[in-house]
Amino acid sequence: MPVFASAETSAILLSLKVSAAATLLSLPFGFLAAYLLSFGRFRGRLALDVLVNLPLTLPPVVIGYLLLILLGRHGWLGRALESVGFPLIFTWRAAVIATSVVGFPLLVRAIRVAMEGIDPHLIQASRSLGAGRIDSLLTVVLPLSVRGLLAGSVLMFARGLGEFGATIIVAGNIPGVTQTIPLAIYDYASSPGGDRMALGLCAVSVVLSVGVLLAHEHLSRCMAKWG
Amino acid sequence: MDLRLRARKQFGAFALDVDLSIQGDECGIFGPSGSGKSTLVSLLSGLLTPDQGHISLDGEPLFDGARGTDVLPDRRRIGIVFQRPNLFPHLSVRGNLLYGLKRCAPEHRRIELDSLVRVLQLEPLLDRGVDNLSGGEKQRVAIGRAVLSNPRLLLLDEPLSALDDHLRFQIIGHLKAVCREFRIPFLFISHSMLEMRLMTEQVIALAAGRVAAQTSTENLARERMGLSPVGYINLLRLTDMRHEGGASVYCWEGGELVLPRGEQEASGGLFELSSKDIILFKRHPEAISARNLLKCTVVSLFESGSRTGVELAMGQGRLIAEIVPAAARDLEIVPGGTLFAAIKASAFRRLAVPEPGQAQPDTGATS
Repeated sequence: MPVFASAETSAILLSLKVSAAATLLSLPFGFLAAYLLSFGRFRGRLALDVLVNLPLTLPPVVIGYLLLILLGRHGWLGRALESVGFPLIFTWRAAVIATSVVGFPLLVRAIRVAMEGIDPHLIQASRSLGAGRIDSLLTVVLPLSVRGLLAGSVLMFARGLGEFGATIIVAGNIPGVTQTIPLAIYDYASSPGGDRMALGLCAVSVVLSVGVLLAHEHLSRCMAKWG
Repeated sequence: MDLRLRARKQFGAFALDVDLSIQGDECGIFGPSGSGKSTLVSLLSGLLTPDQGHISLDGEPLFDGARGTDVLPDRRRIGIVFQRPNLFPHLSVRGNLLYGLKRCAPEHRRIELDSLVRVLQLEPLLDRGVDNLSGGEKQRVAIGRAVLSNPRLLLLDEPLSALDDHLRFQIIGHLKAVCREFRIPFLFISHSMLEMRLMTEQVIALAAGRVAAQTSTENLARERMGLSPVGYINLLRLTDMRHEGGASVYCWEGGELVLPRGEQEASGGLFELSSKDIILFKRHPEAISARNLLKCTVVSLFESGSRTGVELAMGQGRLIAEIVPAAARDLEIVPGGTLFAAIKASAFRRLAVPEPGQAQPDTGATS
């Protein structure tokens, strides 16, 4: 195992940071989207379903490019954010956004599976007992979806560690700033003499992925015991 | 309760179209499945919105299609006990019970946890998780949870149909105890005539989405005698059992009835007897195998389907027997006349309804 230089260590730490931030950022939105898709009866439900799941089938590079158009210096959102002193593009925050969008469908799917297992009568019961819509969402739906929220978060975190296509377009590949593990591997693989480093980072990737999968397995088993 | 409801709701080919007004503190909604009972519950509780109409409770409009009034389900203060308990699996029994109470405005709080726990005998269950309860215990907690939300009306939506016979009658005891103790107006929804008669005295019969009748439960039971495969069910409260010659002899309304000796007998209880199991004689039959031969006076005759019902009086007791109209003519049965009613000892069936004030311990297996 090669001892990593500071650039590699920061790539590993940045990967973990970006993935964790993307997962945390997506959780409330993922919960809401899953709720709307599971229990909502409204016009445009199908459109929302397609929109949420689109990143699953769309090439990540396409997502990255679309985000670049939206968040770049010429995009309306990018300009608006930059004018309030919050530049996104080519920062680690852009990597977080890209990772969020790409991993979002996995999160929503896992939460939806849990929500669709909730008996609608429980929600009706809570309403008849005096709980308003939001109250019922927070005191019945949320606690009964915890399993899905955890499973989805782990899955999304794992997917985030491997995010490449969208990230390289909106965040670039700046060592120490936006260079995550996959981007660093890409760098080393295409430069002479970088094989050892590339292999080392691959090993780190494998260790992280196996760790996350084991954590997922352990969580599921604990959940089965509680539930 | 003063409930007025005029509403229409269309689901594909089925339409519920009802216009009814209910006064008094208890009423049944009777009808076969598919008659619109559950839709009616949903409209009342606000879980469904009528296509048009008007619903008001104690003078307060809950829904008015013309004015655009539609009070949210959580603001209606109408509690529901569903067919299945629907307890929150992530909360303990106590958490479930308190769910509605916590959300009840202080000025409406009349029933508190302690008194409810006493009436429904929930003390030993309070800190348990809901997955470790038996079917009957779960339904008791569900009743308690709805009652503790201090509703002004309780909808009992087939609360007994998912339970076996033994538990069914126990839960009836609990329901009656809690509604009587806390004086909560209720609508009891069921497709079982027997449950209906044990729970309420007035009833609205629904058929194919319409109100077919608004009458007394007793009248409805008589009207349905000729249509029902089990006939009219006589409910007899028997007391003071003693053993005699291998049989059990019970007192009933000043007379005596002989029943086969059972394995586990209480000194009394509620028994059912079908109108089909009573044979009528004009004169005393000298020799007969049936153990019970009662001399009765005919109170009245009524038609029900292809059958004639005969209301008989024996002391303070009343029995309904059914015969075919031709038999009524042949025997020349007229009100005021005397008849002999023969009943086999084995025709009686004990109902496990707890005596007033003594709810039985729940012995149902964990489901």
